[in-house]
Amino acid sequence: MDWTIWVEWLIKSLFVVFALLTGFAYLTLYERRALAKIQVRIGPNRAGWQGLLQPVADAVKLIFKEELTPAKADKLVFFWAPIITMVPSIVIAAVIPFGPTTTLFGRTIVFSVANINVGVLFLMAVASIAVYGIVLAGWSSNNKYAMLGGLRSSAQMISYELSLGLGFVTAILLGNSMNLHDIVDAQRNVWFAVVQPVGALIFMIVTLAEVNRAPFDMPEAEQELTAGYHSEYSGMKFALFFMAEYQKMIAISMIAATLFFGGYREFWFLKDTFLSVDAIWNIGPWQFQAWFLGPIYMLLKVVVLLFFMIWIRATWPRIRYDRLMSFGWKVLLPLSLAVVFISAVGVLVAQQFDNNWYLAIIPIFSSVAGLVAVGFVDQALRRKSYASH
Amino acid sequence: MVDISYYILLSAVLFTIGAVGVLVRRNPLIIFMSVELMLNAANLAFVSFASMHGSLDGQIFVFFVMTVAAAEVAVGLALIVQIFKSRHSINVDEMNSLKG
Amino acid sequence: MSIDLILFLILAVVAVATALGMLLSKNAVYSALFLVLNFAAIAVFYLLLGAPFIAISQVTVYAGAIMVLFLFVIMLLGAETLAPSKVLRGQGWAAFGLAVVLVAETVYLLVSRHAAVGVIARPDAFLNTMDSLREIGKALFIQYLLPFEVTSILLLVAMVGAIVLTRREKGG
Repeated sequence: MDWTIWVEWLIKSLFVVFALLTGFAYLTLYERRALAKIQVRIGPNRAGWQGLLQPVADAVKLIFKEELTPAKADKLVFFWAPIITMVPSIVIAAVIPFGPTTTLFGRTIVFSVANINVGVLFLMAVASIAVYGIVLAGWSSNNKYAMLGGLRSSAQMISYELSLGLGFVTAILLGNSMNLHDIVDAQRNVWFAVVQPVGALIFMIVTLAEVNRAPFDMPEAEQELTAGYHSEYSGMKFALFFMAEYQKMIAISMIAATLFFGGYREFWFLKDTFLSVDAIWNIGPWQFQAWFLGPIYMLLKVVVLLFFMIWIRATWPRIRYDRLMSFGWKVLLPLSLAVVFISAVGVLVAQQFDNNWYLAIIPIFSSVAGLVAVGFVDQALRRKSYASH
Repeated sequence: MVDISYYILLSAVLFTIGAVGVLVRRNPLIIFMSVELMLNAANLAFVSFASMHGSLDGQIFVFFVMTVAAAEVAVGLALIVQIFKSRHSINVDEMNSLKG
Repeated sequence: MSIDLILFLILAVVAVATALGMLLSKNAVYSALFLVLNFAAIAVFYLLLGAPFIAISQVTVYAGAIMVLFLFVIMLLGAETLAPSKVLRGQGWAAFGLAVVLVAETVYLLVSRHAAVGVIARPDAFLNTMDSLREIGKALFIQYLLPFEVTSILLLVAMVGAIVLTRREKGG
C-alpha cells in the first residue's frame, strides 16, 4: 500500500463532502425558487444574480444567531444529537459510484470512496442508524412536542425501512450483485426503473418517508407539534438538522438514481454515441475515456429526482399519522413483498430459458400488483368517506 | 496476526459484564440489554473461530443468533410495555404477584 | 506490536469501556447509547475478522433495529431511574465474585491450553468480491436451509406474539 492511495482517498472523500455541502446550500435555494414558481410567487432573488448568494446570507445569519439550550435538557445528548443526525447523511454517499472505472495517470481509478461488495447493505445500515439523531434530539430537549416528534419519526422510519430494504433487494436481484458499480453496469442496456417500475415507485415513496419529507413530514408537523424534534434547537445546531435533512434528500436521490435510473451511465438514447461514458474520445494526440460525463449525468438525474420531491411538497397535503402507518404496513409492505417475489420469478425464468426477453414478465405482473394495491386503497378510502356521511 | 486467545478473552469479559448486568440491575430494559451484550459476546467468539478455521459456519450461526435476538426483543419489549401498563412500574423486584 | 494488535487493543478498550458504561449508567437512555457504541465496536471486530457481511448485518439489525426499539420503549415508559434494590442484599458483591470467577476460569483455560490455539490472519482481497457473499448465500440456503426456515417461523411467531401482547381490546 503506497502513499498515492491515501491521496486518492482524500481527493475522493473531499469531492463527496464538498458536493454534498454545496449541494445542500443550493438545494435550499432551488427548493425555495421552485416552490415559489409553483405557488406563483417570485421567491428569493435579491442576494446576488437570481438569488444565487442567498445560501451565503442564510449561513451568515444562522452562524450569528444565539444558541439556546433548555435548562432541563440533557446537555450532552442535546449537543451530540445534531451531529449524530448530520454524519450518516454524509457517510451514506461513500459507496455511491460517480463514474466508470478508468485509468488515469497510470492507475486504475474507481469513482466511489469505498468500492465494497456489500455496498447495498451499507446503504441499508446507514439509513437504519440515521434515526438516532432525531430520536435523541426529541428526547434530550425535554419538551413534549419534541418528544412526540422523535417518537413519531422513530416509528415511521422503522416501519418504512422494511419497504426500503425490499426495494434494495429488488435492485440486488436484477443487478445480480450487491456492489453498486455492478448494479450500475447491469443497467447498461435498460434501466431497472423500466424493468421494475412499481419497485422504483415504491422506493421513491419510501425514501420520502425516510427523509421525513412532505407528505410524510409527521415528525415536524407545524400545526400539531410546533417544529417537532427540533423545536428547542436554534442557531447552528438547528442549521445542522436543516443541513442533514437536505443532504439526506440529495443522498437518497443519488441512491435512487444509482439503483433504478442507471446511476452515472448515459441516458438510453445516448448509448453507443460519443456521449456515452464508455466512449473513447480522440482530441488531437490524446485519447481518453469520457469518464467525466459520469458525474454530469448523475447530477442531471439527481436534479430531476429532487424536483419531484419539491413538486410533491408543493402540491400534496400532509397525510394523517394513523393513515401513514397503515399505508406503510398494509399497502406498501405487502406490495413490495409481491414486487420482490415477481422480480425473483422473472429473473429465474430468464435464467432458465437463457433469454432476457422473459424479464418482460416483471413489469407486467408488478404493474398488475400495483393496480390491485391502488384499487384496494381506493376502496378503503371510499368506504371511509361514505361512513362519515 | 492476532492470537485468537485475545478474542476469546475479550468475548469472555464482555459476556461476564453482561451476566453481571443481568444479576445486579433492576430495570428490565437494562437486563434485556445485558442479555443482548451476552449474545454479542458469543457472536464475537463464533466469528473469531470461523475466521481461525477459515470456514463460514460460524458466521451463519451468528446470522441465526441475530434473528433469534430480534425475535426475543420484539416479544420482550411488548411484555415490558404490557407490564408497565398494568402495574405502572417496571422494577423487576415488584413483579411478585405469583409469590406464595 | 503489529498494527493488527494495536487496532485490536484500541477496539477492545472501547468495547469493554462501553459495556461497563452500559452496566453502570443510572439513566436507561445512556445505557442504550453505550450499548450502541459497543455494537459498533464489535462490528469493526467483525470487519477485522474478515466477515463484512456479518459486520453490516450487525449494524443494521442491532444498532439500526433492536436498539432503536429499545430507545422507543425507554422513551415511551419515561426514562425513570430506579432506586437501588432492597430485596436482595449483597447481590452486587455476589455477582462481582461470580464475574471474577468466570474471567479467571477463561484466563486459566487460555493459559493452560496455549499450545492449541491458533492465530487470525489479516482478511484478504477475496472478501471484497461478490463470490465471497455468494458462498455465504449458498451455505445459508443449501447447507443450513432447515434452520433458516425455522428462524423464519420463529420471527413470524414473535411478530404475532408482539401484536397479540400489545393489542388493545375492542371497546376496552
